[in-house]
Amino acid sequence: MKKPVIEFQNYHFKYDSQKQPTLKNINLTIYEGEKVLIVGPSGSGKSTIGHCINGLIPFSYKGEIQGSLKIMGKEASDLDIFSISKMVGTVLQDPDGQFIGLSVGEDIAFALENDCTPQPEMVKTVKEVAAMVDMDAFLDASVHHLSGGQKQRVSLAGVMVDNVNILLFDEPLANLDPATGKHAIHLIDQIQKETNTTVVIIEHRLEDVLYRHVDRIIVVDDGEILADQNPNELFSTDILEKVKIREPLYLKAIKYAGGAITKDLEPADFSRFRAETFREQLRKWYEEVTLNEEPPEAEPILELNRVSFGYTPKKETVHDVSFTINKGEMVSIVGKNGAGKSTISKLICGFETPNAGKIIFSGQDITNESITERSLKIGMVLQNPNHMISKHMIFDEVALGLVARGVPEAEIRERVEETLKICGLYPFRNWPISALSFGQKKRVTIASILVLQPELIILDEPTAGQDFRHYTDIMEFLMELNRNGLTILLITHDMHLMLEYTDRAIVLCDGRKIADDQSVRILSDPQLIEQANLKETSLFELATKTGFTDPIKFVERFIAYDREGRNHGK
Amino acid sequence: MANEMLSYIDRTSPIHRLTGATKLVCFILWSTAAMLTYDTRILLFLFIASLVIFYVSKIQLRDILFVLIFILVFLLINNIAIYLFSPQEGVKIYGTSHVLVEFAGRYNMTLEQLFYQLNITLKYLTVIPAALLFIVTTHPSEFAASLNRIGVSYRIAYAVSLALRYIPDVQRDFRNIAKAQQARGLDMSKNEKFLKRVKNASAVLAPLILSSLEKIEIISNAMELRGFGKKKKRTWYNARPFQKRDYTAIILFVLMLIVTLLITYHDGSRFYNPFS
Repeated sequence: MKKPVIEFQNYHFKYDSQKQPTLKNINLTIYEGEKVLIVGPSGSGKSTIGHCINGLIPFSYKGEIQGSLKIMGKEASDLDIFSISKMVGTVLQDPDGQFIGLSVGEDIAFALENDCTPQPEMVKTVKEVAAMVDMDAFLDASVHHLSGGQKQRVSLAGVMVDNVNILLFDEPLANLDPATGKHAIHLIDQIQKETNTTVVIIEHRLEDVLYRHVDRIIVVDDGEILADQNPNELFSTDILEKVKIREPLYLKAIKYAGGAITKDLEPADFSRFRAETFREQLRKWYEEVTLNEEPPEAEPILELNRVSFGYTPKKETVHDVSFTINKGEMVSIVGKNGAGKSTISKLICGFETPNAGKIIFSGQDITNESITERSLKIGMVLQNPNHMISKHMIFDEVALGLVARGVPEAEIRERVEETLKICGLYPFRNWPISALSFGQKKRVTIASILVLQPELIILDEPTAGQDFRHYTDIMEFLMELNRNGLTILLITHDMHLMLEYTDRAIVLCDGRKIADDQSVRILSDPQLIEQANLKETSLFELATKTGFTDPIKFVERFIAYDREGRNHGK
Repeated sequence: MANEMLSYIDRTSPIHRLTGATKLVCFILWSTAAMLTYDTRILLFLFIASLVIFYVSKIQLRDILFVLIFILVFLLINNIAIYLFSPQEGVKIYGTSHVLVEFAGRYNMTLEQLFYQLNITLKYLTVIPAALLFIVTTHPSEFAASLNRIGVSYRIAYAVSLALRYIPDVQRDFRNIAKAQQARGLDMSKNEKFLKRVKNASAVLAPLILSSLEKIEIISNAMELRGFGKKKKRTWYNARPFQKRDYTAIILFVLMLIVTLLITYHDGSRFYNPFS
């Protein structure tokens, strides 16, 4: 009855550069008009499945294929990438990287240009498609001046001009702030309903995707399909826990309270989920959890005093920002894309000099110190580890900063080895860096900063693009460093990270500080959430729905319990 | 600001209003004229004309200062090299020898050599502003279209325009990487010895190249997925039809080329000889 549009049959794939096959015996059928979510940890093969569907395999990435893959009823190996691109439209992870045109109109038109569409017709089609994603008023705008959400809309329009049958989204949420991500999911849903396209989403941020209905979730691990189920059925199993995919927080809370989730409670859709069932269990659990209050130490290590800065004289990126970080704290700086988060970190490290205001470190004014001078106290880890790694071997990379400072060789060896041990990289010390995974590379860059023994380190999006397991690894590692006395400042737009790992957060909006409070409180203030493009956590709603009078206390207890659980798990 | 080096500068001027293809054709005609002639009078005329065009374009000197200084330094090196390898070239060309300063034998400085090198310098000074002007007044999205229009394959045209477009991106990456490396103690400022600075700079290049390769992979996949390279030809969303001013400009430049060639070759030598 339903027409299959994508059919994998006993499909195997091995990249030429790898020894082991990445996909093993994949059997998967996706039908017309369906909306399917593919989840799996990094390296599970979920992106590879995406590449098979859009034709990058075998046309750009070479390898050995066994079995059959049919797209719209035609064997994929008999097609070329261009005919596949007429059927499958792909929206890649990073909108900035995939813009080809400079203006909105030009980028949307790219596929039409390649098809030799005459100019008048092209202009008309572009206008129509832009209207579908609400971007018709911005046709002449430069793509680089758009907000994150608008960029996503343009990328989507750029593949929709081809009237594709299948829309494939490769980690659409990875680079978006929480509120924009929510809009993106809504937009995908709306487009799918209007055009009856088949939608395939590859993403590991499960809870965010489930903001709108999906028909099926396919769980991939180690190159194989572990589950292919309706979301409600999937949540009543323990498969997600096994493959270390983050479950929605409201379900995790119920599991902590000992509740059993069954599919008839409709756990996949929070608005329909019958949470009341667990009212008693949650209350009992709430009473049992104890909060151990640690006395806050109040010795300031870093102070920003009315700092202002602009890259050009006319436009200020940071206005009059003041805050204090105390010794031994771990604090998040959050805010939407372009709010000035990264600029603040650059000011602290001395990459840029403020136009006004003072930066004080351990009571000493460092506003006019050079980058190199500040680097003795403050370390900075960039978001993309490939932006920092310049040596071939791990040992040399970590030693680089010490060598540059002329530290004696024996001391270098000792300090590097000690740092590698702390970072869990000691067994790999003689490995080439290219053999490491993304998460391990990140560790190398953190190690290369730690070895310099700074008192404060700043990490820009430490967990971006990483699955739950690597995310947990890195964050636990940072927590441990923090417990050993290192002060840590995190720049992030991950709400989970902010809530679970940092007690305090500073919220920026359009270059101003609009809040500086406990993370739990920030995420319970609707006005603040709206202003800074954040997203409320489902834990609050769960608490409200099940009749807790003080939801903040509920969330605090959840986090305390969660941390405790992680510590015991070690 | 170095940040915007060699990228499009948006102003309203007659030069900006010409289509990219027109500017490219005119630039080629202009360079041909400047390259073929050694006639000082023509070179001087072209040089002054290029200053006038520059003024009309409303591009300010400081917009392109960085690149200009960079090129002028090369010009200087070039001049020194010419003198080192062929110090009597001027004498050979003009047939006379007016010695100004005596060094050892063939390195004697002659008026002829100076005059010859002045001509070479003038050639550069005529072509460089024109080339810079073409780059900074042509909207990048029209750049590829204009190359394609004069017969360059669209694949090559796109490659060139993408390369130009990534210059600001690469510069931004460079700055971020350089500063992050400085924050690890790899000093690249003047406080450090030259050799050490060069060595430290290499710590920036490796990650810069890697991250650029990453970018290339993403964009080439994105282009392929949207059908780039499918057909022999393609159309352009932003192509602008030729207007009267475009034809006028091209005719003017063709005339200019013809006149300069006539003057250059009418006495059988490409050189204007003030010494005879």
